[in-house]
Amino acid sequence: MSDITELGVAELRDGIRTGKFSAREVADAFIVKVSQGKALNAFIVETPEHALAAAKAADEAIAKGEPLKPLSGVPLGMKDLFATKGVQTTAASHMLEGFKPVYESTVSQKLWDAGAGMLGKLNLDQFAMGSSNETSYFGNVISPWRRGGGDNAPLAPGGSSGGSSSAISARLVPGATGTDTGGSIRQPAAFTGIAGIKPTYGRCSRYGIVAFASSLDQAGPMARDVKDCAILLENMAGFDPKDSTSLNLPVPNWEEALSGDLTGKKIGIPAEYLIDGTPTEIAKLWEAGIAWVKDAGAEVIEVSLPHTKYALPTYYIIAPAEASSNLARYDGVRYGLRELPNDAEISRLLAASAASSSSGKPTKTALDLMYEATRAAGFGPEVQRRILIGTYVLSAGFYDAYFTKAQKVRTLIAQDFENAFSVCDLLLTPTAPSSAFALGEKSADPLAMYLNDVFTVPASLAGLPAMSVPAGLDAGGLPLGLQIIGRPLDEQGVLNAGLAIEQRAGFAARPEQWW
Amino acid sequence: MSVDTATVKKVASLARIAISDADAERLAPELNNILGWIEQLGEVDTSSVEPMTAVIPNKLRLREDVVTEGNQRDAALQNAPQGEHGFFTVPKVVE
Repeated sequence: MSDITELGVAELRDGIRTGKFSAREVADAFIVKVSQGKALNAFIVETPEHALAAAKAADEAIAKGEPLKPLSGVPLGMKDLFATKGVQTTAASHMLEGFKPVYESTVSQKLWDAGAGMLGKLNLDQFAMGSSNETSYFGNVISPWRRGGGDNAPLAPGGSSGGSSSAISARLVPGATGTDTGGSIRQPAAFTGIAGIKPTYGRCSRYGIVAFASSLDQAGPMARDVKDCAILLENMAGFDPKDSTSLNLPVPNWEEALSGDLTGKKIGIPAEYLIDGTPTEIAKLWEAGIAWVKDAGAEVIEVSLPHTKYALPTYYIIAPAEASSNLARYDGVRYGLRELPNDAEISRLLAASAASSSSGKPTKTALDLMYEATRAAGFGPEVQRRILIGTYVLSAGFYDAYFTKAQKVRTLIAQDFENAFSVCDLLLTPTAPSSAFALGEKSADPLAMYLNDVFTVPASLAGLPAMSVPAGLDAGGLPLGLQIIGRPLDEQGVLNAGLAIEQRAGFAARPEQWW
Repeated sequence: MSVDTATVKKVASLARIAISDADAERLAPELNNILGWIEQLGEVDTSSVEPMTAVIPNKLRLREDVVTEGNQRDAALQNAPQGEHGFFTVPKVVE
């Protein structure tokens, strides 16, 4: 074996099983890659000892002739939004810098129970809020991809799971976990030429995932291809009593049932996803995708999702509202950062509070000042912006006009999908309205950044399974993805259509190593 | 709906985030820009629509009313910025 790190999850699993190489060799090879990939800033913490321990367990089981687990000896990256016992878990924030959970998230525990090892905790947008990985307290993640023609401007790996996408695309890890609230698995997958699936809301437990917007947050796998995603998802999903919205359903054997034959399937093309300003190469790729699924046996029909244009503004009420509520827990008391103004500053602030109150007495206490200082120092600008929007739309007098209204439009968006799925089985769309942009290109304008999630947010609002598969390159040589959206619980249909596209797209491009 | 700096300060106070006057000046137009864009939802007729409560129909479960993970005081306090005598501690709130 020339280079083990060229292999994906399935090949590593099978190679260890058949004795082609040892789990130790696999772990060693990826640990070296991780250590050489620092220029990408994909990791916040590296955990070679964890990967080596899993490898040792796999090799010992083989030596003793014991049965292997589904992922024995396969090393993975873990998005730093999943609580890992005894290993720093930060959500890429200053607030949680140094936080070492005393418990393990359900999804990561399932992967360890399946025999996988951890190469490290992957960088992300702070509290998963962002589409470019520029909001991390621990610095931007850099995409391994570069535009052609000698343009070396660092590109965004997408967000929020940008550490995951960058590390997989650069072959530092064969697969990784991601989380998706409005597109945080699919958009980074599209930007870096890899695959990623967000399962149906409730498939993967949210227990131990740092909460952003609880009615939207879902974990899912990211990997080089569709089959690897199926394998990882099987080992991440499943009922968990610790998550009140976890679905009590058996986990299907997605890998075993994988088939690129779409005979008998009807695939809908939503007209509303052809938006003004979509680059022609994305429209062309979409056309190619339609031809590929037809070639795989599917019938293609036009469908309408009339409320599509309202999905983003709906999302930017609901997600910040839930975030402002969820992030209230960071109070500087129980865990995380505490900032306390000094005595002179406290006296000054209390006097200012008294001066502006009608009673002449301070309306705040030193405890309030501690909360305020902690949260000002612990949250980055984008997180503060979203908390403020969320607090505003939930505040007295505005709740119905914003939050209730958004939840009503959300119902209409979900109904659009229901109607579409009464005449078709799956939907095919582009994943993102552009290829990867340069770092700094959109960071000054929050709205321009938000618009990047235009194609991914609707499925999130409806809780539907959706995946991105790499399908082609733009004129600058950067990857583009196609998205497949399925009915609730039809991950199999989504994966199968993904496979059909993957088989026909023949996507083999990869970034040239510069790091 | 337009947000002024006083409103920004009020919202920041509700969210327990300290902001300076300069922050409030910077944030007001930013928030207005985002809220103005959100206003387009007003175009949608939702008069006969129920607000979404759950994306995937799912009944909230009840569990037995028994202790599941009790007696973990030390674990709970392990990441506290400050703890004394088995308690979380906070700055003095009563003079």
